Amino acid sequence: MNKSKFALKLNSLLLAALLSISPISLAQEPVRIAFMDPLSGTFASIGTSGLKQIQFAAEYLFNSRGGILGGRMIEIVPLDNKQSPTETQLQFKRAISEGLRIIFQGNSSAVANTLSATISRHNRRNPGMEVLQINYSAVDPILTEENCSFWHFRFDAHAVMKLNVLTDYIAMNEDIKSMYIIGQDYSFGHIVSETAIRLLNEKRPDIEIVGNEFHPIGQVKDFTPYVTKIVSSGADAVITGNFGADMVSLARSIIDSGLDIPIYTFYAAYDGITATLGEDGKGRIRLIHNETSNPIPTEERKAFIRAFKKRHPNNDVTQPRIINALSMVVAAMEQTQSTDPYDIALALEDMRFTTLSGEEIWMRGSDHQIFQSLHISVHTDEGIEFDADNSGYGLFSVYHVPAEETIVDSSCNMKRPSR
Amino acid sequence: MLEVFIFATLNGLVTGLLLFMLASGLTLIFSMMGVLNFAHASFYMLGAYFAYSISQYMGFWAGLLFAPIIVGVLGAGVERYGLRRVHQLGHVAELVFTFGMAFLIEESISFFWGTDTKNYRYPDILNFPLFTLFGQEFSAYRGFMIGISIAIFIGLYYVLTRSRIGIIIQAAITHPHTVANLGHNVPLIFMGVFGVGTALAGVAGVIAGPVLTTFPGMAAVLGSIVFVIVVIGGLGSLAGAFIAALLIGLLQSYAIASDVGVPDLLNLLGLSFERSHPLNDLWTLTLPQVAPILPFLLLVLVLIFRPTGLLGKREQ
Repeated sequence: MNKSKFALKLNSLLLAALLSISPISLAQEPVRIAFMDPLSGTFASIGTSGLKQIQFAAEYLFNSRGGILGGRMIEIVPLDNKQSPTETQLQFKRAISEGLRIIFQGNSSAVANTLSATISRHNRRNPGMEVLQINYSAVDPILTEENCSFWHFRFDAHAVMKLNVLTDYIAMNEDIKSMYIIGQDYSFGHIVSETAIRLLNEKRPDIEIVGNEFHPIGQVKDFTPYVTKIVSSGADAVITGNFGADMVSLARSIIDSGLDIPIYTFYAAYDGITATLGEDGKGRIRLIHNETSNPIPTEERKAFIRAFKKRHPNNDVTQPRIINALSMVVAAMEQTQSTDPYDIALALEDMRFTTLSGEEIWMRGSDHQIFQSLHISVHTDEGIEFDADNSGYGLFSVYHVPAEETIVDSSCNMKRPSR
Repeated sequence: MLEVFIFATLNGLVTGLLLFMLASGLTLIFSMMGVLNFAHASFYMLGAYFAYSISQYMGFWAGLLFAPIIVGVLGAGVERYGLRRVHQLGHVAELVFTFGMAFLIEESISFFWGTDTKNYRYPDILNFPLFTLFGQEFSAYRGFMIGISIAIFIGLYYVLTRSRIGIIIQAAITHPHTVANLGHNVPLIFMGVFGVGTALAGVAGVIAGPVLTTFPGMAAVLGSIVFVIVVIGGLGSLAGAFIAALLIGLLQSYAIASDVGVPDLLNLLGLSFERSHPLNDLWTLTLPQVAPILPFLLLVLVLIFRPTGLLGKREQ
């Protein structure tokens, strides 16, 4: 009698304890998001800088304001894929075993393609355990065209959209009569070359393509031999999609050779590149991107950048699209009150979202491609409020194209999962 | 065409001589201790980073002087307190040790200096075109790189073949016990060679940093190619390393400069393929595209037809 009474008491006590603990433990369980990019090796600088930005965005925008979904914190889990498709497969397995279901990835379209294929296969075989790919930077159009997937969302304009704007801008410059195209020998480099040639032929048939060169990605020690060819070709301008070490070495070699022609790029800024180019690159390097660096349109984004610089004095907010991507994923979670990739994906489709820059951006539902205004900026030290690499130099926007004019059709025929 | 040829030769010379500076240390260390130092290119990277930091405060020339010394002392320390202990456990342990060192150094560099590209500049005094040919400039700094590399080759060759130290080193390579019995401190010689070898890699880093950019991947970009040179030149042969380094530098430079490819070959043979052909990528391949794999192709050929390397003596 006594014994059972005691047991009952103990049980109810335990129950009470459990009841009082469980809501708290549930509320404190973080929302874990994987960030899979090169954190070591040749392209480590871009990966680690992106990681700092997403971690800071999570903390500044959400965690410090009480978290998301009623008090849950965002935890960013870094996974180092060394920008290699093979390593990406291994890291994907790790993400699965750790229960990570949202993967941010941006560097290298080759990696993004591998990841997309891997995720599609995984999701087909493991219904209810799907994984979502948030691509914030890989711009091979194929990801939202032939190979588009319900589980992939791109938060950057793809290469053809960017080249549309870039070639419009080049076409306005009457001094350019010949063009040299050089790029990394992989999917993105080839897309840039093919598209640039096609668009220039349409817009300015008088521009002669005097060179179309590919070099292995991340393997070239010295770009001088390539630059020798550019010089002897007599080109008036260069287009390159190079990034990271390949970009800075190429630009350095062009400058060192005394060649004074404009260089049109995708990624020639930040992470040491701006500082390395310095005075020599002034007015010569132009870059196509979304989200202006100077001038910054809103106080909100200025405050974000200042707070980031306070935390990471040696880094910059190089990819505001990471912040947009994270904010939209969180908005989708809040809207559906769910962290399930399927729910998030449905909510992201055709979402319109106002960024820190005060611009409304649109995620097209049919192919999961973002649309926002694009800008061409020049490397300079004039009118720079927010410089890069603490060098005094930065990007100043000189040409703007509103989002509506960047919209292109897609051949995507998406297979939607039936749930 | 002539201008392209001249500049390709000059570029090849710069790259080749730079590779030689790395390979010379590696081949010396190998011939002496039988250790393939996987961390060799990492010492090259350390040289660039030390020189960058020193140049921030004391200018480029102080970096050129002190950075290789620091790297050499570090290298000697690694031999004295690391490699010498591991040596007793055999070659596999040594390989694993140097392999680990390479990772350790790369991670330390990312940790202390960060992963971004460093704005390491060459001095303004060398920032002018040495000469202009057919409208192309050849920078004075590249001329300086050629000069310093050749000076090091001559100096090294002279020390090894003409000086007393060189004779002892050469003797220690083939007959370490006899040299020890004659009263020479063989472990000290080993430590010295390792230190000098890594210091040479450091020099290469100091002068390559400003033109090839200073970033944590710079060792990985050069690492494998240096081994290729040492093997092609013949393990342990300084002259062989010199020839192989120049050969590879020029080979790559000419391949990039050329404008020929499979399409030209097919034209010559009167063949053509549709763009939709499954092997389309192969039919459109150009020589500049395959330039970076040519050294490895050469390596395979050398290993098949002359396994000892061009000037190698070892028969094992």
